[in-house]
Amino acid sequence: MANLDPSPATATAAHPDKGAAAPEHRLYAKREPVFNRRIDGPFRRFKWFVMVVTLAIYYATPWLRWDRGPYAPDQAVLIDLANRRFYMFGIEIWPHEFYFVAGLLIMAGIGLFLVTSAVGRAWCGYACPQTVWTDLFQHIDRLIDGDRNARFRLYKAPWGPSKIARRLLKWAIYLAISFATGGAWILYFADAPGLMRDFFSGNAAPVAYATVAILTATTFVLGGFLREQVCIYMCPWPRIQSAMLDEKSLIVTYKNWRGEPRASVKKAEKNPGQFGDCVDCNQCVAVCPTGIDIREGPQIGCITCALCIDACDRVMKDIGRPRGLIDYATLEDCKREQAGEAPRPVWRSLMHTRTLVYSGIWAAIGFAMLFALGTRARTDITVAADRNPPYMLLSDGSIRNAYTVKLRNMQNRPRDMKIALDGLPGAVMWTDDMPREKAVRDLIRKVPADTTDVVRLYVVAPEGTVPQEYGFTVQSLDEAAETDRSDIRFEGPETSQ
Amino acid sequence: MAKKHIDEATGVETVGHEWDGIEELDNPMPRWWLWSFYACIVFAIAYSVAYPAWPLIQKGTEGVLGWTSRGELAKDIASDQARRKPILAALAATPIERLPDNPELMRAAIAGGKAAFKVNCVQCHGAGAAGSSGYPNLNDDEWLWGGDLKSIETTVIHGIRQPGDAKTRTSLMPAFGRDNMLTSQQVAQVTQHVLSLRGKGKPNAAGAQLFADNCASCHGPTGQGSREFGAPNLTDAIALYSNSPEAIAKQINTPSHGVMPAWGQRLDPATIKMLAAYVHSLGGGEDFQEAAPEVNNTPAVETHGQP
Repeated sequence: MANLDPSPATATAAHPDKGAAAPEHRLYAKREPVFNRRIDGPFRRFKWFVMVVTLAIYYATPWLRWDRGPYAPDQAVLIDLANRRFYMFGIEIWPHEFYFVAGLLIMAGIGLFLVTSAVGRAWCGYACPQTVWTDLFQHIDRLIDGDRNARFRLYKAPWGPSKIARRLLKWAIYLAISFATGGAWILYFADAPGLMRDFFSGNAAPVAYATVAILTATTFVLGGFLREQVCIYMCPWPRIQSAMLDEKSLIVTYKNWRGEPRASVKKAEKNPGQFGDCVDCNQCVAVCPTGIDIREGPQIGCITCALCIDACDRVMKDIGRPRGLIDYATLEDCKREQAGEAPRPVWRSLMHTRTLVYSGIWAAIGFAMLFALGTRARTDITVAADRNPPYMLLSDGSIRNAYTVKLRNMQNRPRDMKIALDGLPGAVMWTDDMPREKAVRDLIRKVPADTTDVVRLYVVAPEGTVPQEYGFTVQSLDEAAETDRSDIRFEGPETSQ
Repeated sequence: MAKKHIDEATGVETVGHEWDGIEELDNPMPRWWLWSFYACIVFAIAYSVAYPAWPLIQKGTEGVLGWTSRGELAKDIASDQARRKPILAALAATPIERLPDNPELMRAAIAGGKAAFKVNCVQCHGAGAAGSSGYPNLNDDEWLWGGDLKSIETTVIHGIRQPGDAKTRTSLMPAFGRDNMLTSQQVAQVTQHVLSLRGKGKPNAAGAQLFADNCASCHGPTGQGSREFGAPNLTDAIALYSNSPEAIAKQINTPSHGVMPAWGQRLDPATIKMLAAYVHSLGGGEDFQEAAPEVNNTPAVETHGQP
């Protein structure tokens, strides 16, 4: 079968054997570099697609603009830590609305449960930044050094001008990508064009340079050199995600009952019926980005990227055997298939109790958040009563309470707001910047755009007023006429003497 | 222990322990991990040399860089003092009755006064400045010696009945009972009259006459008090001690007299201005009345408190 693998070197030669190499005891293990072969197939194409989409989103998002009027930034997605605002397109989150962010995090968590229980470690295999950037850097490797065998030869070759030049070029490209990665990160936290100018003219904040330096260094080292070591040794995620899998989850599986015992095509032809479908071509190992052998069973190093499925399917096609020797399959399906039953369609494997329950919870939270988002008011009043002293007796016998009132105008324009006492008959109020003689039942404050107005308020009630509940109301004096109310207790002597 | 346990599946030696049937493979650790570990050791040694690190018997090692957290604190304090300097200078140069003309300085003064109050004043007047029996409440609108900025500042500088300060505010109420100026029956009658001033007792002619003869010179003919003598207003709802008959009779028999230190001897003028501004801001502060009506001192309402 000359068309089986065009490369002359066999896979085992290119990949130093790991399992049998430990007779003497060593304190540490040198990293075995992974020279994964280029492969094409549906999963590889899907991986390309995910990589392009995620990287495009990451690099382009800070540059999207969104018109919010003259009083607010025009960046579509902006985490404005200095002013404690989070802008996401038409949505603006204030610190007291952080539950939206908490809700998104919960949805992300449940979403991960959902995806993991349905298709295993899909996050690891396709969307994890470590996977995406490692994949990108492996493409750079192929671009500069060639495919698997060329890279292995170069790795073994002594240092010379050509090798040094190739290495320097490769590392320079790594570094450029890493710098772009770190640089894009800070653009989410300030106006992107302005920060870009400041950054390159040396006028940005030290924290910006420090952040870019750290993220450049970590991307360079983790993506360029440590790669699968991150997944196997550093990341807790594979352990957690593996624990979320069960026998109903679709995972990348080698169907050993169909593949074993292994034999070359020639040998199998000579002895029909004695060997399985696996021809031991090692293509599944050669294409693996973490350098594992899926035929040893499910293992921690498997990130479920399915490139081995692409490789195996191609070989099976070339030698005229059915695809799917390595395939996404649930452990239940494996048992079923092993017993000789027909394989179930993929959608049947995806629909089971756990995925349906997770989908339900996930959607419920999403709808609840959308509802809250749609009905939230952009006017808000909170009232904090003075605690020390809780009330004050005045010389004419009347009782005074003092409050710190916060009026939030969450719109991008200045608005007049009317605060009024609701309840507490006979009471009037005044602020610390107006004379008591002008005390009134309601007063109007001009609140600037996108601002919290802090007002110190005194409320005085006639002698003999007993402690009771009442409230402050606020109404925006514009066409929206938004209202809010804050209940508070009026404190006073329990009994009039 | 000496016997080697080799795991069949992987061919790797085990560490020789077993927990509920689970054994641990003695795999070597990755090389980068080892180098990270060595780098941490090197960093720790370098850090120990560069920064204060090891506690010894007398004092700790100092570190060759000369950095200390104490020195850092001193730097912070120095920079904070430098930041406050212009504010304190502006305060020193501004007569206190002119403070409201500069809302920004006034706000700074109130904030500074709040801090100074927590250090110097809460022992008697309480954390919320609400006072207690015998210690005036600074939040309300009754002032024994005056409630405008200037009067408060004078009280803070010279104190009340503070020996050794010539300008201290002082007044003594005679001990009418103890010194046999009034009989106990007369004390009871005056007490009833004082209660009636607040509408809590029945007016009685004898008490009114005794009040006119003995008390009106300081507390005024209607009991409205006098700020000249620090004599409390007896007709309002606020009592320095208590409005109970027993407390009033006690005050007539053997009066208590509060003493406040003259803070002018202990605090700098700027701090005293800040304290006065804070006390004035608590809700009962009175407007300063110009002695001569040549200056129109009505602050524009628009400029007040608008950001």
